[in-house]
Amino acid sequence: MTKSQDSSNRRDFLKSTGKVGALLAIGFSLPWQESQASTITKVDTSNSLLGLELNPYILINDDGQIILFNARPDMGQGTYQSLPLLLAEELEVDLSQVQIRNTDGQGKYGAQLSGGSSSIRTRWQPMRKAGAAVKEMLITAASKKWNVPTTDCYAQLGKVYHKPSGKSYTYGELVEEASKLEVPQNPKLKAPKDFRLLGKSVPRPEIPSKINGTAVFGIDAEVPGMLYASIQRSPTILGKVKSIDSAEAMKVKGVKKVVKTERKMPHRAVEAVAVVADTYWAALKARKALKIQWDAEGSNKISTDAYYANLRQLAQNDGIDYPEKVGDFKGAFQKATKKLEASYETPFLAHAPLEPENATVWVQGDKVEVWAPIQGPDGLIQQLSAYLKIKPENVKVNVPFMGGAFGRKAYFDYVMEAAHISKQLNAPIKVIWTREDDMTQGPFRPGMLDRLEGAIDEKGALVAHHHQIVGSSIQHQVFGVPLKDKADDWAHETANFEDSPYDINNRKLSFNLAETDIPILWWRSVYSSTTAFGQESFMDELAHVAQVDPLAFRLEMLADSPRFSRVLQTLAKKSNYHQKLPNNQAIGIAIARSFGTIVAHAITVSKQGKGVKVEKVVSVIDCGMTVNPDNIKAQTEGNIVMGLTAAIKNGITIKDGITEQTNFHEYNVMRINEMPATEIHIIDSTEDPGGVGEPGLPPIAPALCNAIFNLTGKRLRTLPINLDEIG
Amino acid sequence: MAKYNLTVNGKKYTVDADPDTPLLWVIRDYVGLKGTKFGCGMALCGACTVHLDGQPIRSCSTPVSTVKTTNKITTIEGISNNTDHAVQKAWIEAQVPQCGYCQSGQIMSAVALLKTNPNPSDSDIDEAMSGNICRCGTYPRIRKAIHHAAELMKDSGNSTGK
Repeated sequence: MTKSQDSSNRRDFLKSTGKVGALLAIGFSLPWQESQASTITKVDTSNSLLGLELNPYILINDDGQIILFNARPDMGQGTYQSLPLLLAEELEVDLSQVQIRNTDGQGKYGAQLSGGSSSIRTRWQPMRKAGAAVKEMLITAASKKWNVPTTDCYAQLGKVYHKPSGKSYTYGELVEEASKLEVPQNPKLKAPKDFRLLGKSVPRPEIPSKINGTAVFGIDAEVPGMLYASIQRSPTILGKVKSIDSAEAMKVKGVKKVVKTERKMPHRAVEAVAVVADTYWAALKARKALKIQWDAEGSNKISTDAYYANLRQLAQNDGIDYPEKVGDFKGAFQKATKKLEASYETPFLAHAPLEPENATVWVQGDKVEVWAPIQGPDGLIQQLSAYLKIKPENVKVNVPFMGGAFGRKAYFDYVMEAAHISKQLNAPIKVIWTREDDMTQGPFRPGMLDRLEGAIDEKGALVAHHHQIVGSSIQHQVFGVPLKDKADDWAHETANFEDSPYDINNRKLSFNLAETDIPILWWRSVYSSTTAFGQESFMDELAHVAQVDPLAFRLEMLADSPRFSRVLQTLAKKSNYHQKLPNNQAIGIAIARSFGTIVAHAITVSKQGKGVKVEKVVSVIDCGMTVNPDNIKAQTEGNIVMGLTAAIKNGITIKDGITEQTNFHEYNVMRINEMPATEIHIIDSTEDPGGVGEPGLPPIAPALCNAIFNLTGKRLRTLPINLDEIG
Repeated sequence: MAKYNLTVNGKKYTVDADPDTPLLWVIRDYVGLKGTKFGCGMALCGACTVHLDGQPIRSCSTPVSTVKTTNKITTIEGISNNTDHAVQKAWIEAQVPQCGYCQSGQIMSAVALLKTNPNPSDSDIDEAMSGNICRCGTYPRIRKAIHHAAELMKDSGNSTGK
């Protein structure tokens, strides 16, 4: 905690005209790193009027209206509730007493990217401090007005009470007095045992709007004068327009114009052709009537088969070692008598959020306004400002709900497209991707190969372990991070020794970079979704070589990691792991830590003719202290579904540069009839919160394949698997 | 272009649209009701589900020209006035939605199911609801909520559970 400077801590009480009245506005600067201290300052609201400009995190006006700001766009993970709830807990208000608004990307709100399951982890302390600081100011203000000691006053549900007399003021009545005060830099936070809201499964406030059609998603944006655009992109993803014949397209009623445009991905731009019309249907229909000749510029040679052939080749070579190492892997491995080596492959995947990518953008000279489902308004301002050469302060972003995102909507190509077209047409433009656009154009989760080597000694202990991660690098492609002499420090998520604290005497991790022109991106749980498959499948394989029960085998190596041990022990109990199952059933387990949270699953499968059915998933999650336990369960259910889909449904394959899956008939996702029973247990913990949106996903695929091995004796090392034909 | 007289949620609308315009876009962009969603355009995901005379249909694959003047179209906005249909109450109780984008379609399918089958089994639910994709994975809660809605409707003795 640093003391803020006088200039930024100055009184900024605002008495404005109109119905706004007095405002108390509290904001603070938030560094991205959790470890750095934050500074609480009052925000200068002198040019803002409530309701016109979204500004600090907490706004209270003298009518008693309270507005709390959510600084992480909601894609279904629950930040619309969870971040305001942190403020509300300490401020002593209920969510029913407040309005919630999303922040708009301006710098004063700190980092606003929903990603890396980071919202609660990074904001657990700062948001509570902001709430507590305002509460202390309101209490001090009341004590001054009554001329009583602050110790005689307390805050409850939007009012400050004088204990001895029972007198009270609403927060609105205290705003004027409170805003004359300095902002306390070290407000006292509530003890977890006194929480009213946190850890209590409070119903989410936006749910009614999501079941009566009133929730506003990006695709619902309406701007007067808006035109629709549908964009034809190169069938080979990359490539150039050779010629456009728009004669037929222009005959479609309602079509305004056909323009050359571009798809600006973070690392490169590719040409495209847009039809602009006064309805979406006209734009789409006309787009289908376009006759475009493309120059694939060699991208028609891209194939996922060739990509995997390259990975297998690369895996033969030594990769770059990660700095973390224990003992001497090579020496121990060479000496050992019982050795095992195996490679695991995971497919490219599309995010396929149910709301396809879309954006409404209006470029007006040196200003631009955006209405779009995006995971990070601050990042969008940066990128759009650079792309259009417009000052960041002239980029206005409106953040609606996202109809799913899973990482995809932190890649703003679709917003840039709308901007590019809006600039040409001088009108607000709404771009809506078709499902086919979404599925075929990428970016995709990168296909990966995980090669593992392990050695077991005569006592059955794992004495040497090497996890070699082979694949393409998101940070290298998307951000241009050079990886010539360095291993990708995202790619070993879940496999790194903090996430995977197996106590092994000789251990190393390495990375081989595969260059690719296939657009790639983080996909729910990023590399953890692939590294965990190799790591936890191989751990089971090693246990079988060692002739030790797979759960006991892991526990033995996690003896010094109490949180991991507890998760596994709880899983054993809750899943009846040691119970004998009927002959046609088997259980498999896996455990993985990602984004600060440990999750283990036990999956029960049964034989169904030639196939296998997933009967039940029992999950144990240790995410530290909780905000909304019911939502943690919901997110884990979601991770089970998405993790199973990734394991048992189609991946994305590319042949001759063209994606072979175009819509949900070719890229199947799990449906309700395939849903196994689920049971989710949250470890009671006082540790700092970990992430929740992603950590349930990584251990699903290995737990499933471990269960299938236990049932059938077949070890499946390549995803996706076909449950109907396991044999 | 042609004129179409439509009845949506009991209100009459006249729209001037290309005959092959899917009902989905007519509902969203001509009538102005945004609760019905676009997901796939091929009747594969169910996000666009509305009722045509009480039957669930995929509006993304229903050209407006095939809708008769006498047909009654019901969208998510039309199933209750105060978000108090039994299915909506059950959806709140089970805290079903995550992103919420597919939920209009899920609810329209569930309402239609319960109208014809007031006491559905898990497999009845699977059959009626498997055309609706939820990428967030709210399936366990949808199942639970449909059972709960069935109970609410039984208790209240009518098909809306009010």
